[in-house]
Amino acid sequence: MSIRIDQLPRDKFIMPGTAACPGCPLLIGLRQVMMALNGKMSLVIPAGCSSVIPGMSPATSYGVPTIHVPFASSPAVASGLVSAVRMRGNNGPVVVWAGDGASSDIGFAALSGAAARNEDLIYILADNEAYMNTGIQASGTTPWMAWTTTSPNGKTEERKEMALIMLMHKIPYVATASIAYPLDFIAKVRKASQIRGFKFIHLYAPCPPGLKFDDSYTVKIAQLAVETGIWVLWEYNQGKLTISPPSAMYKDKSKRKPLSEYMKLQGRFSKVGEDAMKIYEAKIDAYWNTILKLSELYK
Amino acid sequence: MADLEFTKYLLSRPAPGSAGATGTWRTYRPVVNQDKCIKCGLCWLYCPEDTIDWLEDKSVRINYDYCKGCGVCAEVCPVKVIDMVKETVV
Amino acid sequence: MQETIQRQARKVLVGDHAVAEAVKLARTQVISAYPITPQTLIVERLAEMVDNKEINAKFIRVESEFAALASVYGASAGGARAFTATSSHGLFYMYEMLWWAAASRLPLVMAVVTRSLGPPWNIHDEHTDIMAIRDSGWIIGMAQNVQEALDMTLAAYKITEDSRVLLPVAVGLDGFILSHTAEVLEVPSQEVVDGWLPPRDPHIPYVIEPGGEPITMGNMVKSDAHHMLLKKMMDEAMDGAKNVIHDVFASYAKLTGRNNGDLIECVNCQNSDYVAVATGAWSGDIMKAVSDLREEGYNVGFLRIRFLRPFPEEAIMDVASRARGIIVFDRDYSTGLGGIIAAEMMGLVPQSVSFKGVIAGLAGVDVTPSEVKAAIKDFIDDAERNGPIRIRKTWLMQKMEGGKP
Repeated sequence: MSIRIDQLPRDKFIMPGTAACPGCPLLIGLRQVMMALNGKMSLVIPAGCSSVIPGMSPATSYGVPTIHVPFASSPAVASGLVSAVRMRGNNGPVVVWAGDGASSDIGFAALSGAAARNEDLIYILADNEAYMNTGIQASGTTPWMAWTTTSPNGKTEERKEMALIMLMHKIPYVATASIAYPLDFIAKVRKASQIRGFKFIHLYAPCPPGLKFDDSYTVKIAQLAVETGIWVLWEYNQGKLTISPPSAMYKDKSKRKPLSEYMKLQGRFSKVGEDAMKIYEAKIDAYWNTILKLSELYK
Repeated sequence: MADLEFTKYLLSRPAPGSAGATGTWRTYRPVVNQDKCIKCGLCWLYCPEDTIDWLEDKSVRINYDYCKGCGVCAEVCPVKVIDMVKETVV
Repeated sequence: MQETIQRQARKVLVGDHAVAEAVKLARTQVISAYPITPQTLIVERLAEMVDNKEINAKFIRVESEFAALASVYGASAGGARAFTATSSHGLFYMYEMLWWAAASRLPLVMAVVTRSLGPPWNIHDEHTDIMAIRDSGWIIGMAQNVQEALDMTLAAYKITEDSRVLLPVAVGLDGFILSHTAEVLEVPSQEVVDGWLPPRDPHIPYVIEPGGEPITMGNMVKSDAHHMLLKKMMDEAMDGAKNVIHDVFASYAKLTGRNNGDLIECVNCQNSDYVAVATGAWSGDIMKAVSDLREEGYNVGFLRIRFLRPFPEEAIMDVASRARGIIVFDRDYSTGLGGIIAAEMMGLVPQSVSFKGVIAGLAGVDVTPSEVKAAIKDFIDDAERNGPIRIRKTWLMQKMEGGKP
């Protein structure tokens, strides 16, 4: 089911003149979700950048029915909302668009609960790897050694692997995606929309001010994350786990670009020296190893 | 939609410029060299602000009222025909 | 009218099951709740009803009270009639959502089975939990008995969905005293309820649904004055709810023959020199004390607060303006202030009228009619001798070993 760019809808799903920072990855990703579903969806959005980006009432830049809700509540609100609309005969997709803080920290219980109940939702974790809206504080998915305002010498703990955690909820669909690979992401969202039950997509969305890189590099950084192997695109679909095409060649470690190419463009990794870089590469290998083993298990 | 008084203030509707005329944020203006453009649509696909229209003839048009000048379009352009030009020079 | 009244079934139910019965009769579409004593009987009964297809509803088995309220809130935004229930710590765990739900102006009904707050752990009755949501924008009722728990829950749907209101409604019932106590009650038939409570109109006030009108609820406002205006509109809706509550109970009375009043129930409160005030289940005991005192020649009546929000200030001012003294019994307290009803009422009672606030029955401590009677008698005697007296806070409690308090 390959998608061509010229087949995508060209409707204005996002009204320009938003409150997003220049180069914001969240809008790139959100536009892709709306393209994937042709705008026929409703959005549930917890506190975070995406509750500020739509700008100010009585206007909004989001062109689809949207409810903004408290930080920890979005999977639960969406559970109720989808129950109501299904009872009323509406089978359209209800999408939770949540950040890493809302998903991996404050709303973790609600996410786990909704997944365990296998609610008919598409949950997209748009991960910019820190609490960007409040000014770059470390979250559960902030990677090891990354500078944030609450990890000024680099985060000392590991990141939570949210997609793997969600996989163990035995839901029908779990995938990772990247804003740099829209056709892969759009295909995943469309596939998810055809499946009943809880669908979880972990979308990498690097933030220029938060990760400290140039506004114009948003897509480049996301692409480098895949090319260096630090972000692996994979998909679990009802029993089968596969490495997604953009990541497939990086199973072979020698094909991966040096991690430093990804790191040196980001101010947040300025404390990562040569030794730490080696440890980092070993962590990437270990993660790849896990995913490849899982792909053998879930054949 | 029930036309209740409070819903006028509680509900929002899609409209451009919900955070103002964001074109004023711009320091660098993306300028497309239309002659060399290969009409691939990638700048349209990646524009965070949805300020690029991919037209019927597959050429692109930038809405400078709202373009924030982030430069993502110039960066993703596979043939590098979008120049980021300092605003004061334009 | 006689015919419809006859179409009621006489049943014996505990308060929690009476609430569940009302939720069923209202044809609630989405139900979500999390277990907490003494509310648990409601969630169990409703889960059973859904599983047995006694009711065509979705039951969302959530992982917390926060999610319980969040999910029924989402259901209401999606156009369904929705219900949740909780108690004490569970209600406090919902706190953020309580405010968000009210300010979203979506109709919702919640039962609050009142219970004290720890530490120490204690599952017994106290009203402080439900009182703590009084600023949040919820309409708050308090039932006196199992019958009223059923009637008020049914009425709550009609109140919350009224386009003049569109504020969520909490129905309080005392933990154990009502929740787990079986009483005889009359249950209206499904047919009668259907005729009185039509299905919810999903478009009032608005609906968020896939492919629907592209509205957004809750993004920031261009002008903070708009936000403030929305607060004023909520306040106006609360004021409007006073008439709606009157109308709803009046129309319910036509079906059932039962009407315990609007925001207050008045038992000789308008023609007595002295008036005792309370809310909830212990009102029965207090009325007993009042009636004993009347037999002894004391000119005393009783005012029961049925709705804490909207606060019945007109009714209270009216009663206070005719009285020589008001004594308020609070089964709740605001630490550093005192009894909450006493604090809210005192400013409405003229300086020339004696006033006394009594905190009693916290943490489930039993309060007997004779204790209440003695307290009222003391107050009246004191006021007659020394009045007007004005004491906002006193504690009515047993002496402990060692002389404290």
